[in-house]
Amino acid sequence: MSFLQINETLLRGFGLTCLIFIITLAVAIPLGLILSFGIMSKISPLRKILNVFIWIIRGIPLMLQIFMVYYLPGILNNGVSFWGDVDKYFYFNYGIENGGALLAVLISFIINYACYFAVIFRGGIQSVSRGQTEAGMVLGLTKKQIFRKVILFQVIKKITPPMSNEIITLVKDTALANAIGIVETIRAAQNFASGFPPVIWPIFYSGVFYLLFVGFLTVLFNFLEKKLSFYKE
Amino acid sequence: MAYLEIKDFRKTFGNNNVLKGISLSVEKGEVLSIIGSSGSGKTTLLRCMNFLETPDTGVMILDGETLFDAEKDKKIKENALREKRLNFGLVFQSFNLFPQYSVMDNITLAPLLQLKERCKKDKTVNFAEGKQKILAEAEQLLEKIGLTEKAAEYPYQLSGGQQQRVAIARALALKPKILCFDEPTSALDPELTGEVLKVIRSLKGEDRTMIIVTHEMGFAKNVSDKVVFMAQGVIEEEGAPKDVFDNPKSEKLKAFLSGIKDKEGE
Ligand SMILES: Nc1ncnc2c1ncn2[C@@H]1O[C@H](COP(=O)(O)OP(=O)(O)O)[C@@H](O)[C@H]1O
Ligand SMILES: [Mg+2]
Repeated sequence: MSFLQINETLLRGFGLTCLIFIITLAVAIPLGLILSFGIMSKISPLRKILNVFIWIIRGIPLMLQIFMVYYLPGILNNGVSFWGDVDKYFYFNYGIENGGALLAVLISFIINYACYFAVIFRGGIQSVSRGQTEAGMVLGLTKKQIFRKVILFQVIKKITPPMSNEIITLVKDTALANAIGIVETIRAAQNFASGFPPVIWPIFYSGVFYLLFVGFLTVLFNFLEKKLSFYKE
Repeated sequence: MAYLEIKDFRKTFGNNNVLKGISLSVEKGEVLSIIGSSGSGKTTLLRCMNFLETPDTGVMILDGETLFDAEKDKKIKENALREKRLNFGLVFQSFNLFPQYSVMDNITLAPLLQLKERCKKDKTVNFAEGKQKILAEAEQLLEKIGLTEKAAEYPYQLSGGQQQRVAIARALALKPKILCFDEPTSALDPELTGEVLKVIRSLKGEDRTMIIVTHEMGFAKNVSDKVVFMAQGVIEEEGAPKDVFDNPKSEKLKAFLSGIKDKEGE
């Protein structure tokens, strides 16, 4: 098998890695923002329920959450596979293989990351002092203006470092999709190792893809942090 | 009737009875100082006037208009609240400048947002013209507080005294009828209080109506037309600065004043 062929297969896996990464971010960030308002809500039962939920999600391994999303619907439905039907649907309508597992992975990733993001957002919003809001109020600003013109920017500055960490972790977490048979980068490499004759080196080589991706993100976030450092508290 | 009339403001937090019936009046162009030990409810009173808190009972009348009546105003709508707030300016102890905006932008943010809203409602309002006027006024304010050359700097680059002067300019930019100060120099190093007090004194020269909560007794005596001494949520004594400072009647005020003298003597 040629180097080029192996690269092509790994790249296809890396495409799935990127897909999981991007869709998770695109949905988990707004969902996390909504959740963060929930855990800062004045309605105490809502706040408590959401806090317990977030505690559970952050307290158990993401791998277990993937298994739960993937296997529980079938178990609850007398063993009738739910995701199998989704698989068929995706295959016959769009020609996508393993669509059920992919959807299950996306759901678990989105829920998991939304919870982490919610806690970061809450921290960011609460760290902007009450005094900033009140200064806006006595200047006759509307609630919307206060959020958009006064609070939001300060929150973005505060949460950029922890969000960078979390987003870089997400790049590497996507490998967990492997657990229910998604052929992402690592699984694609593994397939060579378990093939005949076995080719081992792609497993180690696959790390290069992650390194390049994480390197790119690191440069991006450093740039952003620099842009935001024109003022201090 | 006086320019500002407050009648029977009461406020409780939980079972903490913070304001126990405060009534006071201020004439146009007058400076009222409020003194009293920490916890006596001075900040809460200012916050009630600025609609940051809602008094449980009481009435507030400004320039003949009833701004607040606890009987009727249980829940004021946001837009009405904003308009009522704009009658007052408030300078906070901790400045509360917006750190991400330059000095100039801190001063012009609110006026420019107001202008934008006016343009949306009324197509005949010219934004460019209005903006120019706002910027020119901001320049004048900067000159007044002596920080013209700091216009482009960010709050973190300024000393506390300079930041508080900017906060005063920011409040003035909205042309409030009454400007309130909540211990404007308490967060400052002693050597920086003078520059802030100087700015406030210059405002008195312009016949601005001001309400100043302060621990600077010399300043209060010197700048005020009227002094109110608060203790445990009531006005214990009030009058001309001379009477209040040189001729205190109540035991509480005597104790308060001698306590401050001891501190200053240290
Ligand atoms: N938002 C609030 N919630 C509960 N208690 C408050 C609140 N604001 C002020 N208080 C209480 O009201 C009392 C008076 O406070 P304050 O008005 O700040 O006094 P001062 O400004 O004279 O020091 C204090 O006991 C304070 O703890
Ligand atoms: Mg106070």
